[in-house]
Amino acid sequence: MNQEKFPLVFAGHVDHGKSTIIGRLLIESGNLPDGKLEAIRSYCKKNSRPFEYAFLIDALKDEQAQGITIDTARVFFSTENRDFVIIDAPGHIEFLKNMVTGASRAEAAFLVIAADEGVQENSRRHGYVLSILGIRQIVVLVNKMDLVNYSQDCFYKIKADFEQFLSEIGITPSGFVPVSGKDGANIYKNSPLTGWYKDKTVYKFLEQFEMKKPDRDLPFRMFLSDIYKFTEMNDSRRIYAGTVSSGSLYKEDEVLFLPSNKKSRIKSIESFNTAELKHVSAGMATGFTLNEQIYATRGELIVKTGEKQPIVSKYFKAAVFWLGKKPLNRNEEFIIKTGTSKTSLKLIKINKLIDTSTLKSMTGDAVNRYEAAECIFETGRPIAFDSVDINQETGRFVIVHDYEIQGGGIILDSVNNEHIRKSEKEIFMVITDKCPDLNKTEELKHARIISIKENDFVEVLDFMKEKGLIKK
Amino acid sequence: MEHLDRLENISIHIIRESYANFKNLGMLWSIGKDSTVLLWLTRKAFFGHVPFPLIHIDTKYKIPEMAEYRDRLTKEWGINMMVGINEESLANRETFPDGNVDRITCCKNLKTKALKTTLNGEGPRYVFNHEAGKYEIDKSEEPFNAIILGIRSDEEGSRSKERYFSPRNIENEWNISDQPPEFWNQFKTDFAPGTHLRIHPLLDWTELNIWEYIKKENIPTVSLYYDNGEGKRYRSLGCHPCTFPVASDAKTVDEIIEELKSGKFSKIAERSGRAQDKDDCGGLETLRKSGYM
Repeated sequence: MNQEKFPLVFAGHVDHGKSTIIGRLLIESGNLPDGKLEAIRSYCKKNSRPFEYAFLIDALKDEQAQGITIDTARVFFSTENRDFVIIDAPGHIEFLKNMVTGASRAEAAFLVIAADEGVQENSRRHGYVLSILGIRQIVVLVNKMDLVNYSQDCFYKIKADFEQFLSEIGITPSGFVPVSGKDGANIYKNSPLTGWYKDKTVYKFLEQFEMKKPDRDLPFRMFLSDIYKFTEMNDSRRIYAGTVSSGSLYKEDEVLFLPSNKKSRIKSIESFNTAELKHVSAGMATGFTLNEQIYATRGELIVKTGEKQPIVSKYFKAAVFWLGKKPLNRNEEFIIKTGTSKTSLKLIKINKLIDTSTLKSMTGDAVNRYEAAECIFETGRPIAFDSVDINQETGRFVIVHDYEIQGGGIILDSVNNEHIRKSEKEIFMVITDKCPDLNKTEELKHARIISIKENDFVEVLDFMKEKGLIKK
Repeated sequence: MEHLDRLENISIHIIRESYANFKNLGMLWSIGKDSTVLLWLTRKAFFGHVPFPLIHIDTKYKIPEMAEYRDRLTKEWGINMMVGINEESLANRETFPDGNVDRITCCKNLKTKALKTTLNGEGPRYVFNHEAGKYEIDKSEEPFNAIILGIRSDEEGSRSKERYFSPRNIENEWNISDQPPEFWNQFKTDFAPGTHLRIHPLLDWTELNIWEYIKKENIPTVSLYYDNGEGKRYRSLGCHPCTFPVASDAKTVDEIIEELKSGKFSKIAERSGRAQDKDDCGGLETLRKSGYM
């Protein structure tokens, strides 16, 4: 009983037929509750609209009226061997944040491209989002093959085109399938209409996706959610609670809280309505008591001594994807949330700005809506993190502004402190050399920010001019 | 990790995040199986404690056994229990059973309106006094700014589009076409004054998961869910004029699980016994946009 539900997302450009494929899949595999199909058919009849499979998914009235998916919808689905949660993500650009929400929860993705239109803006953009979100199992469905007479050439052209794009963002798709949501080709069964395609159907691919295991083998990481001390009913426990991001924790283990750098040893692992727990591991929402009480605050990263330590720094390099209506710029202060930690954030420098619909590099000093960038950031106080290639959970963050999540990012690397100090010194020398009568205290105040731009002295000098530190 | 464990851990994480981020937090307890699982998860999250009030919107048309069960657990588990009622609509007989309004309007009056005035502190609220063993009028008018609810995405179409953390405006209205993004396990926990949040830790659970979890944890449930020998039981609980029992001879949790997995209900929607859904064109969207749970 009680097997895993595999979360799966359908992504792709608007009107390329994601919901139709899902509707087909539900019907052909016998996954529809009795009465649902009839209800939709009678709704269509009543409203004089032709029946479409997509209506099964797009159950919201607004969506039926407009014929597009606005929000992420979840649909439960089972094959003989396993259960799925299908997340239907909207393909319209306006609803990209909904697509992100849906895809965030997925373990695998079907990226749908219509054969008649080929690779479009949001085919690429969704591909990029999947790569930032860390989804590695991706199958591309070339849909509406009926509109191109099931042409093999057309299929292979799109395949070559899109494969090239995906490889540039580091994705190797598990496969390409020619399908027709309308005729049902290669969705549940291989179709005679595409005799040249001998590979797996959508249904077969579904069954072969693998669920990512919680990262138990990585070093222990847990963001502190809270410290509970509920005195009612004579409870004297002081419980440090959180969800384990990776690794395992045993009774007696020595733990370190970062960035406060406080140490203690695990006295007990606490739980309710279970036998006594000796250890906990990745994915578990847990809590423990300590031998020595320490003062810690929500947001600290708890690690074990004797294991590989995370980075604790105010500076890091990251790839971000921006959803905010207002841009990410250097003039404003933002908030970064990583795990349960929350602190202020400033954009220091944009190394690379990317148009996600083409992947072309752009120039600019702000990241606008739906753009991606590689940036250097500075946080208000030091935070503990890992780079995303070492630990996905502790290498991810979101940026909040005006009460809203405006973008998400993955940490690529720390910006070395030594390096910063060294270049501060170098820059200091350059500046003193060029402007001997400069006020040195003012200069030092800005040295840290300047130091990030160590590779570009011209930019540094411009910055100094801007700040009035150097006469123009 | 087993699927139920995964669901349990995610839900506990969401409940703890709610508690850490919101001061005036409450949880809706309809007495039904879903919100009772939610209550149980809360006790798990806080190691046996329930550190915020539970709110029950009493329409006065609930099946009587529900209130008895509510009060029994309130005492046993030391719950800070609050009951909200739209006494005005009841006094003016603006209800469907009185024959004066349709089902949808009745739901709006006794549930949506009652919920709104209970949350903003304007309506009459009753809190359970554990020492006196009875309900007393709540003297505080402090509003709630975040509430946790036990809705599930497999219940009906509009619920399948919900966020874990979903903001509502001052009128409790839901703007479906402009919802906040949720990246990984980061949710919207910052919000402008005047808005409030609805938190849905059970979104990813199915009806079957709920029953499997009830079995696994041995959670007490109200007996209306089981056939007492008459060949019928409630699959979903609501007000008696609009909720009908289904024909079933499932007498235990195990038999219910069997019925849902491979038996007669494996392909029939859970809310098929709820009349207000049918009156809202087969969904709850109209009701939910204006603040219904």
